[in-house]
Amino acid sequence: MLGIIIGIASVIAMTAIGQGAQNSISSSIESIGANLVMIMPGAARTFGGPSAGRGGALSLTVEDADAIASQVSNVAGVVREVSSRKQVTALGTNTNTSIMGTEPSYTTVRNVSVDEGNFITAQNVTSGSKVAVLGPTTRDDLFGVGATGVVGQKIRIAGTEYEVVGITVAKGGSGFSSSDDIIYIPYTTAQRYISGNKYLSEIDVSAQSSSASTQVQNDITTLLLNRHNIADPTKADFNILNEADIISTASSVTGTLTTLLAAVAGISLIVGGIGIMNMMLTTVTERTREIGLRKAIGAKKSDINKQFLVEAILLTFTGGFIGIVFGWLISFGVGYFNILQASVSLSSVILAFGVSALIGIVFGYYPARRAANLNPIDALRYE
Amino acid sequence: MIEIKNITKTYKTGNVEFQALKGVSFTIKDGEFVAIMGPSGSGKSTLMHILGALDNPTSGTYFLDNKDVSTLSDDELADIRKDKIGFVFQSFNLLPRTTVLRNVMLPLVYDGVDVNEREARAKKSLILAGLDEGHFHNLSNQLSGGQIQRVAIARALVNEPSLILADEPTGNLDSKTSEIVLGTFQKLNKELGRTIVLITHEQDIAEHADRILFIKDGLLTADSTTHSKRIANHDLK
Repeated sequence: MLGIIIGIASVIAMTAIGQGAQNSISSSIESIGANLVMIMPGAARTFGGPSAGRGGALSLTVEDADAIASQVSNVAGVVREVSSRKQVTALGTNTNTSIMGTEPSYTTVRNVSVDEGNFITAQNVTSGSKVAVLGPTTRDDLFGVGATGVVGQKIRIAGTEYEVVGITVAKGGSGFSSSDDIIYIPYTTAQRYISGNKYLSEIDVSAQSSSASTQVQNDITTLLLNRHNIADPTKADFNILNEADIISTASSVTGTLTTLLAAVAGISLIVGGIGIMNMMLTTVTERTREIGLRKAIGAKKSDINKQFLVEAILLTFTGGFIGIVFGWLISFGVGYFNILQASVSLSSVILAFGVSALIGIVFGYYPARRAANLNPIDALRYE
Repeated sequence: MIEIKNITKTYKTGNVEFQALKGVSFTIKDGEFVAIMGPSGSGKSTLMHILGALDNPTSGTYFLDNKDVSTLSDDELADIRKDKIGFVFQSFNLLPRTTVLRNVMLPLVYDGVDVNEREARAKKSLILAGLDEGHFHNLSNQLSGGQIQRVAIARALVNEPSLILADEPTGNLDSKTSEIVLGTFQKLNKELGRTIVLITHEQDIAEHADRILFIKDGLLTADSTTHSKRIANHDLK
């Protein structure tokens, strides 16, 4: 029965963890921004994820972004970004964090909202104001965990003083760069005081819908190749990442992994089933006299068959039940220790019960038949 | 009522044929207490298996209550055993880890009787067999040999069979306990009119019956009323 317990427990736990991993990845990606198309300077990278665009060629301009906004259809929003990493000081404290030079559309395209104060305004951008919006982790690092009244305080970024005008809502995030440890300033300010040039580190575009994202990606590619006077697409000085593609790649990877793990669990179940069969065969042998007696009393073959089949199914059901409890505990434990939010789905529980019963029937069939076919005379004489 | 006519039984193992019964005929009327006696290898076990509907004869007929059971299928034989025959074995054959009461209730389970009626009938049967109520919930390992055999007798009675077949029922018991068990059989026969067939190889045991059938080498050598019938004292607790 141990084999069944382990098998079922692993099936439940694996599918729950696999499902949880998929959900976690999807929501991680979605929290960055829905229907996102990311344009970065430099040659195409293989699956590198949305990075802050350190270094890279100087090829994307503000005018490129303007062109995208006006000429590409099905674009919901365009965000210009100038990012870097700098030392930041506040009164007596300091930290090293990402500096994201951006504009108001960042909140909608990149799914960020403000907890206190305001985000960067269009006026800030036009004027190149020295204002900053802090992520909650940066706020904690500079002013103390959960500090209030931070809005209005002053910080220094790379030697220049900025006024804090807002704090963003915590988004959590693990795996990808945490979006809570960051400072937002107007991109024009970043260009003037930090990067010293007119180029952008990244242009983020949100498509009207996820189905439009491929078209948007293609149109942007054509547009930029044109603007940059590049005839050969393979020699593009920029590369585009489509969020939808990333999600489906990640999903298929976790999907494959889950299937693999489930297959391993399945094998363990079969082994468990064979164990059950052996156990039942031994039981039948040990109870030969009893079977002979039952037949002498008037039990028919079908009665004996039924009796042992039911016993086998009860065994596997019990093992399955214990396995489901264990599987649930493992998924719960994984969530509790914050490795992953695993979710045990009802369908996997039903599947587990079904599989247990099936194993009982399949692997109990042969022993039950053996029992039923015993000759009562011989059985009664069995020592 | 039992009518055996020219029963033969041949066993084939590979190319070797062995005739266990070579043509046996007799009739047993309702209410008789008959012993079938013979040495080992005489064919008495084979005869018992046929009488008990555990096996079919190779040829000949066996009419039990005017029904020919000599050619029935396995399932039909099982039904005959369930309805018409009660077995008492030499080695008791009670279910282990099961109470006395539940052991006696077992035949009724296969008869589809509901649980309350099963319990009532089982209790009645146990009392008839001479076991007192205090033991009803004991397990078999808490009882003496004589008590266990009485439970087996109660179980054989519970579905009210036409025939009680006892195969060396005192083989594993001492002489005092044997007396008690044989006395129980005599009581069941005398006071309740039960038909009892007792298989044995011992003369003194056989003489507790009213009639003895002698069997040797697959044939009946004698069929007579017991000369000096022994009455067992079954009140010994």
